[in-house]
Amino acid sequence: MNRSYKPSFISNIPLSAWIGIVIIAVNLLAAIFAPWIAPHSETEQVGDIWLLPSAATPFGTDSLGRDMLSRILFGARTTIAIALTITIASFIIGIISGFAAAIYGKWVDVVLSRIVDTVMSIPVLIFALMVLSVMGTSIPVLVLTIALLDATRVFRLARLVAQAIVCQEYVEAARLRGEGLRWVLTKEILPNAMPPLLAEFGMRFCFTFLFIAGLSFLGLGIQPPYADWGSMVRYNAQAINFGQFAPLYPAAAIALLTIGVNLVVDWLLARNSLPHGEEA
Amino acid sequence: MTDNKQDLILEMRGLRIETLDGSPLVQDISLTLAKGEILGLIGESGAGKSTIGLAALGYARQGCRISGGEVIVDGTDIVSQPARVKRQWRGRRVAYVAQSAAAAFNPALTIEKQVCEGPIRHGLMSKEESRQWAITLFRSLDLPDPENIGKRYPHQLSGGQLQRAMAAMAMSCKPDLLVMDEPTTALDVTTQIEVLVMLRKLVREFNTAALYITHDLAVVAQLADRIMVLRHGKEVETGNTAQILNSPKEEYTRRLVAEREHAAETVTAAQPEAPAALLTIKQLSTGYNGKKVVNDVNLQLARGKTLAVIGESGSGKSTLARALVGLLPDTQGSVEFDGVTLSPLYQQRQKETLRRIQMIYQLPDVALNPRQTILELIGRPVAFYFGLSKREVRAKVEELLTLTELPLKLIDRYPGALSGGQKQRVCIARALAAQPELIICDEATSALDPLVAEEVLNLLRRLQEQLGLSYLFITHDLGTVKRIAHQVAVMYQGNIVASGDTRVVFSPPMHPYTEKLLTSVPEMRTDWLDDVLALRSSSSSDKTSLTGAL
Repeated sequence: MNRSYKPSFISNIPLSAWIGIVIIAVNLLAAIFAPWIAPHSETEQVGDIWLLPSAATPFGTDSLGRDMLSRILFGARTTIAIALTITIASFIIGIISGFAAAIYGKWVDVVLSRIVDTVMSIPVLIFALMVLSVMGTSIPVLVLTIALLDATRVFRLARLVAQAIVCQEYVEAARLRGEGLRWVLTKEILPNAMPPLLAEFGMRFCFTFLFIAGLSFLGLGIQPPYADWGSMVRYNAQAINFGQFAPLYPAAAIALLTIGVNLVVDWLLARNSLPHGEEA
Repeated sequence: MTDNKQDLILEMRGLRIETLDGSPLVQDISLTLAKGEILGLIGESGAGKSTIGLAALGYARQGCRISGGEVIVDGTDIVSQPARVKRQWRGRRVAYVAQSAAAAFNPALTIEKQVCEGPIRHGLMSKEESRQWAITLFRSLDLPDPENIGKRYPHQLSGGQLQRAMAAMAMSCKPDLLVMDEPTTALDVTTQIEVLVMLRKLVREFNTAALYITHDLAVVAQLADRIMVLRHGKEVETGNTAQILNSPKEEYTRRLVAEREHAAETVTAAQPEAPAALLTIKQLSTGYNGKKVVNDVNLQLARGKTLAVIGESGSGKSTLARALVGLLPDTQGSVEFDGVTLSPLYQQRQKETLRRIQMIYQLPDVALNPRQTILELIGRPVAFYFGLSKREVRAKVEELLTLTELPLKLIDRYPGALSGGQKQRVCIARALAAQPELIICDEATSALDPLVAEEVLNLLRRLQEQLGLSYLFITHDLGTVKRIAHQVAVMYQGNIVASGDTRVVFSPPMHPYTEKLLTSVPEMRTDWLDDVLALRSSSSSDKTSLTGAL
């Protein structure tokens, strides 16, 4: 907005946020350029199973003798893309329905809340299993199912936060001015509801990995031979018994990305809670 | 007042308090307080008066620290004591009465439990002794049913009763020094009197020294022996109460004293010929969830004039305002605006009708979206109602900022960076942006410091002359009414008990409730409280006959 704002903006990013940004950037680059930087293909068997790291296989091999590094690089594509799509979709659905419940109140609130309660009363994994086994395990179905299930939790948070904001006098002022739903939602409520929703986003994003991994293990997630980090941990878990590092590499990848995302979210939260205006 | 060293209970020497990053809040304050003496600390918000009050307990708020000077209570410097010793002193030697009793009491515990906690925890009394003592205190504070009131929970007491229970809590350990931080500010004028009388009685009875913190000079004049005027964390002047009121030395004190004198001026009398009515309210009744709060209100507001609706909290005056703008679904009766009947709900009103009636709220902090800049806040109604381009909106906002006497450099700031008075001006500018004919002001100046409120009222008056606006002013402050209103309606328990020209309503013969309200406003002289009490005990217009009159 302000011309003098931009340069100071870059230099104002704290070190922790830079670390988070670098981690996310490395992950994204790996995902995008996987076919060019990976030493082997995703599915090719390059040697014996659970080989130790060597020059040809820097992270060793997996339970079927495929190159671990290549699979992590390719796995970044599916894992990040799907987890991100799911989280964003669940937030869009959850925020819109949660805000609508808070703004309209009365029967809209009652109907939406009871639907959410009903969905939440069914164990998530079982619900997902049911839907996926009926609808088939294509990626769009997977994304939509998990997004809807996650959206119930986002709905509750968004509704609660919005309820506290809707009764503020500035929202009343906007309504009395004759503003429509869209203005009230995007300009009056959303900016003020951002901090808790952002924090939730950081967490949900990480939970999504684990959930996909759980589904993959049951054969309903991302289908083999395509790599995803969650199932790579599961399939290689037994290697730990033989003193092998195999499952630790994909686990480390998940942990690293989780930390990166949360470092950036923390920074956004801190930036949002600053008393505004002094810089103008 | 005495200089005898043995009677000295509190002495502050060169007290300095600053925030953790080093900006000073209180600079070089020195004061003394003897047994049985009351010192009034007065100043606007941000003057550091509460910070000094808390320092008397050896406490600094989070983010602040006592960086220099001494706070000597009964011969010992409390600041240098370890936390354990400070804890023993607090409550026992030095006690604190907070502004909002409702927020200071734990809602989950009974009054008695909270009042007796101090003496029991400090090991001064047994459980039964402290209970008896609490009852004695309740009795001397004139609380109803002193034997059993302690068994009630905070929400079962009225605001004035809670404030008195809080005083009982502070007195429970028989402290040497009481710090009272705006103990009557949150109360209605009629309740304020009761609490003031009780506090004075309490201090005299137990010969306790007290620091009385307030922004209202007239209130402190009734209690204090001496007054210290503070501004921006520095002492402006200190003197005997009579001297401060009658011959203030400093310019700032003179302005504080004079502020109340303005209050005595009445608005120029209304012209004899009555201009056309802009707003006509006929038999309006409304409430929440089937509970009636406003009964059969009939009012008329002429174009270009100001109608003030006055009453205590809970009298239904704000509910009336909410019904007028169309926020309450179960409203009966009719509201005519410029000859056209308004639909009871704002959703059913035309955009054009909404534009012509604007509202200004009591707390500008919650009335302004903290995440929009001043340009967005004021510019939105301009863009929304008149569909101007971005550049035209900016020009219009600058024009409105000038009109409301705000600096143009604020335009890209957020409300958080503005002072309370500036925020309220932004609210006024936002209302003006719609080019309204009627502005409903719901306690628009109540949350502001007296001098700032005075400026905002002057602005509103000037705007009325310039733009021919009509105001419906909801307030509990009679000073405001006298300064701005041509007409006034007095509301009591949801009914209008008196209405008409301000002069007529406020001159005898008055409705007993109007009289009670009028005589409850503290005046800028030291003997006002005694006069009122004498008047009340002799006249028959006490509370019981008032309810009978209705």
